[in-house]
Amino acid sequence: MAFVALGQGSAGNSSAPKKASRVAFILLAPGMIYLGLFFLTPLVSLVITSLKTASFTGEIGMYDYGFQVSNYAYALDQYLPQITRSFIYALIATLMALLISYPIAYFIGVKARNKPILQAFLLTLVIAPFFISFLLRTFAWKQIFSNESPATQFLQSIGVLAPDQYVIGSSFAVIAGLTYNFIPFMTLPIYTSLERLDTRLVEAGADLYATPVQTFWKVTFPLSLPGVISGTLLTFIPISGDYVSASRDFLGGSDTAMIGNVVESNFFRIQDYPTASALSVMLMAAIVVLVSVYVRKSGTEELL
Amino acid sequence: MKEGLPQDPMMRQLVQMARGKMLSRRATLLGLGGTAAVLSLASCAADAKSDLTPATDLSDSEKVLVWHNWPLYMDGEDDASYPTLNRFMGETGITVEYMMEIDDNDTWYAKVKDQLALGTDPGFDVACPTNWLVNRMIGLGYLQTLDNANMPNKVANLAPAYLGDANDPERSISVPYQGIIGGIVYNKKMYKEATGKDAPTSLADVWAPELKGRVGLISEMRDSVGLTLLSQGIDITSEDSLTEDAFNAAVEFIAAQVSSGQIFNIKGNSYGEDLTNGNIIVALAWSGDTTILNAEVGEERFGFVVPDTGSTISSDSFVVPMGSAHKKNAEALINYYYDPVNAAELAAYVNYVTPVVGAKEEMLKTDPALAENPLIFPSEEFLSNVFAFRALTGQEEQRFATAWQNVLLGA
Repeated sequence: MAFVALGQGSAGNSSAPKKASRVAFILLAPGMIYLGLFFLTPLVSLVITSLKTASFTGEIGMYDYGFQVSNYAYALDQYLPQITRSFIYALIATLMALLISYPIAYFIGVKARNKPILQAFLLTLVIAPFFISFLLRTFAWKQIFSNESPATQFLQSIGVLAPDQYVIGSSFAVIAGLTYNFIPFMTLPIYTSLERLDTRLVEAGADLYATPVQTFWKVTFPLSLPGVISGTLLTFIPISGDYVSASRDFLGGSDTAMIGNVVESNFFRIQDYPTASALSVMLMAAIVVLVSVYVRKSGTEELL
Repeated sequence: MKEGLPQDPMMRQLVQMARGKMLSRRATLLGLGGTAAVLSLASCAADAKSDLTPATDLSDSEKVLVWHNWPLYMDGEDDASYPTLNRFMGETGITVEYMMEIDDNDTWYAKVKDQLALGTDPGFDVACPTNWLVNRMIGLGYLQTLDNANMPNKVANLAPAYLGDANDPERSISVPYQGIIGGIVYNKKMYKEATGKDAPTSLADVWAPELKGRVGLISEMRDSVGLTLLSQGIDITSEDSLTEDAFNAAVEFIAAQVSSGQIFNIKGNSYGEDLTNGNIIVALAWSGDTTILNAEVGEERFGFVVPDTGSTISSDSFVVPMGSAHKKNAEALINYYYDPVNAAELAAYVNYVTPVVGAKEEMLKTDPALAENPLIFPSEEFLSNVFAFRALTGQEEQRFATAWQNVLLGA
């Protein structure tokens, strides 16, 4: 049903062609084969693995085929704090990214509209972080906020942090890292929406005695909604599954682990494949449900 | 399904479309079922336990050897000069591809275990994992038995303490490479500034409030939990003393140190970074790394102490997987590193416990001061305070590892 919510926009009332054309089939085939091999097969394999039972040999990392649904209950029971934390982090980071990105996108898309060089320059700045690897940028953050760094010492000296408090390893560091890394994904879709904003509508708002704030909420924001929705989806979904920022090797500490870290650790450290797979399936299901509710509630099915 | 279609053309089209959808849904389910069936068949074949047999040895015609080892574990690593290894290649004509692939026992094993289980070439001919993992691999029948006749130096020079292992009494499947002692690494200057003392002497010093947020732990369960267990008076070598309750109590103790903020981080080999950039002042970690970290920062900044309640000891061993076709080349390599001259040269660089008898005498000739270092050549007295974590069964391993992992994840 979640897929229905997402797919409604495309289900128009134009009648379907009577016969599938051979050309269309040939054009679709590579994509279908690719998805079949690299999406469907792993997905099925994931579900099968999530139901495996511990091997009778009792060796670590050995599992037999089974139908142990309790793997899901176990995973949920064992890792509920990390699951909740993932969604809270993702929610906060998405909102932060929206608050930061919207003014940037508005400035580039509306205010800088008549200055193409400035606009191009600003867009380049937004995309620039993509030129450097995500991992390197996160490592750079780690260096900037290391315990003996000037940045940390400054925060301690002005009293934001207590003398025995540090940035790295805190929830703040992880959320800040997530927000930073996903800002371009939020800014660009909002920019494309705002770039098409008809400024005459804003003028009309002013002519009809609306305050700038009212005009923004009644005219500008609703018109940019498609960008906001796709921006939030593009950030929320990957952030929920992110495991780099929260990893202990990067910005995280011992109490910032997200689902991605739990899955990674279950796979590579204790070789508990069923639990790791169950968690992955649940993460996927949770995201599909959350996103479909979100899309429905925001009443933007037709905008997607 | 076989109902007549409505007369109205539009309704007719709608019904037809709906039926088309149903069919495609059924086809999808069929496809899913098919994929599942194929997958289960394929993986059944892979999971089926079969008795693995060694690959045919091609060493006489193929003079190559791929060696998976840990970082900071080979002489001349800082400038990639590898003097002892290059000499071996010159002497024997065997080309060794030296890869620092093992960053963590668990993650390395996760990468190679499927090929090991199938008995196919896992991408290495010889590797040096830690003894508990070696035991697991022996138990599963993943490793080849080596021929002592090709390793006279090993027969002559292996320290007797390493013999008599339950899984490999003769040490003919796994040959020790280096011994590792776990203890407290500390930043000399910062430790003095923070606590006013010269050096920590016990684990209680590590949990001192002055060090809140400045303590690191190695993610290797047997060292971090082992040291904690020892400090709680548990004999980690004994099954009666090291029970699951005792283990869980120690894990809970560490978890409490994490949630109180005493422990800054628990991680693998990269804990060294936290020491060099000053994030942490003390760490429960490995002996040899201290020397290499000091070399990295260019001064004697870090010290290593064995806590008064005792240290953990483990060893990394050469093993040859069933899928390797270069067993004889591997034996030549092992034989070479059991020559006391070469062992001494290696030990002088890596600063771990050498299992080679006679290396001390060789080092007395070249570097007498280093030859007295108990961390490389431990005396009987020193060894009386060093303990090896007892062997765990598969189920215990799974439960202990899960409990420890939950601390790493902050559950």
